[in-house]
Amino acid sequence: MSERAFRIWRGTAAGGEFGEHRIDVDEGMVVLDVLHRIQAKQANDLAIRWNCKAGKCGSCSMEINGRPRLACMTRMNLFADRETITVQPLKAFPVIRDLVTDVSWNFEQNKRIPPFRPGPKGSDGQYRMHQKDVDRVQEFRKCIECYLCQDVCHVLRDQSRKDAFVGPRFMIRLASLEMHPLDTADRIPAVRKEFGSGFCNITRCCTEVCPEHIEITDNGIIPLKERVVDRFYDPLLWLGRKIFGR
Amino acid sequence: MSDLARAGGHVIGFAATARRDRWWIGPLLTVLGLGGFAVYATWAAFQGSYYFHGAYLSPFYSPLLFVNPAAPGSAPLEHAWLGRWPSWWPSILPASPAFFIMAFPLVFRATCYYYRKAYYRSFFGTPPGCAVGPVPGGRYRGETGLLIVQNLHRYALYAAIVFIGILSYDAVRAFFRDGRPGVGVGSMVLLLNPMLLAAYTFGCHSWRHLVGGRLDCFSCDRQSAMRHGLWRGVTALNAHHMQWAWVSLFWVAFSDLYVRLVSMGLIRDLSTWG
Repeated sequence: MSERAFRIWRGTAAGGEFGEHRIDVDEGMVVLDVLHRIQAKQANDLAIRWNCKAGKCGSCSMEINGRPRLACMTRMNLFADRETITVQPLKAFPVIRDLVTDVSWNFEQNKRIPPFRPGPKGSDGQYRMHQKDVDRVQEFRKCIECYLCQDVCHVLRDQSRKDAFVGPRFMIRLASLEMHPLDTADRIPAVRKEFGSGFCNITRCCTEVCPEHIEITDNGIIPLKERVVDRFYDPLLWLGRKIFGR
Repeated sequence: MSDLARAGGHVIGFAATARRDRWWIGPLLTVLGLGGFAVYATWAAFQGSYYFHGAYLSPFYSPLLFVNPAAPGSAPLEHAWLGRWPSWWPSILPASPAFFIMAFPLVFRATCYYYRKAYYRSFFGTPPGCAVGPVPGGRYRGETGLLIVQNLHRYALYAAIVFIGILSYDAVRAFFRDGRPGVGVGSMVLLLNPMLLAAYTFGCHSWRHLVGGRLDCFSCDRQSAMRHGLWRGVTALNAHHMQWAWVSLFWVAFSDLYVRLVSMGLIRDLSTWG
């Protein structure tokens, strides 16, 4: 057991300040364990959102020493013994209290996405897909909606362009639908205009912070950008569509 | 109430961050690497000389459209695709064949999805690092304003593929001097160059899309099944696109430097030709 120093942001949307804490930490603890110990022993009113403690529910997203992380998956031995650990709420979303932010903007974006629309069933009355057709979209289904990618995306975080860009999480959702072998809906015009694929300048921070290691940029956003190019920016394909009608 | 408190304890401004790691090393290395290459490539392009020796042709000067035989270390006239140096060339510019061709690989790399990340972070600070404050500016438009031209990357890819063919031909020619087959260190240097460029080019995100990524169904017919195989191969290369980008960038500059030093007589090319 060793004593460690924490700075935890305390406050609401109206304002706040960092609270200083020194607390004993046991071997094997993660940051969320320490926050719970601080909550139990020193700050009973500390607000934290958490649930599974296993990196699967995406609830305990916060910024730890400046990096968006899941508190339940951030081991204490990641930090030097004398290092003060600073814990803050997500920057991209409004603070409700302490480490809890209002992420409801994301739920609103999700509702805007045209849902899965499968084509007709096969002659045997079943939908059938080969494994190699679903491998690609299964990667996207790993998303736990922790919104760390949304938090680190500078378009949402620093450029205040929530009006124009839906964010990496929902580009991934769009990719999972667009690349689905059974889906028949066409979302590409919306990917470009309503969801703002052109606002992503592919700096890959979303991929770096993803706790599920989804290749958000390479497998989701860039393929969507290329599909937008097919439709709107490739003059030869445009000419081909004009001449051959497809 | 301070800005700090209002923003949930987050500091705001260029390069502002609570990160404690050395996040700035990556952008700094990119500035040094890309900046160093830009300086060397510009200098080499402006020389117009010492780009040829025996059977070795610098990749910065290939394909040779026109040749000025009077320049030291230049190729013989028969190597030029279009003949003698044109009389209409402005006298204020050096007679360098590199000027005719360097735009193509430059545009390919400038619009590459990897390099975009690298220079947006390092040179434009949008953002300089993850969870690090960006350069303050006007209303952010990303790649929807002037940078919409990045969408033409696939056309730069088509040119890059042609260049790989040309540089491969140069590499084969580097094994023949005056009609005699042989091998020199320069032959190996020039052989490795198109191989590395091919690993970079054929791992390109646009290529990955074109060969199969644009399909939703990989099992619908024989052609899509074949494209699935291609897509998987490109995906394997694409996973290391950054590494291929840097290695091929370094090697193309090194190839020019090697040919230049041999042509200037500053180093001796070990070869079977003696």
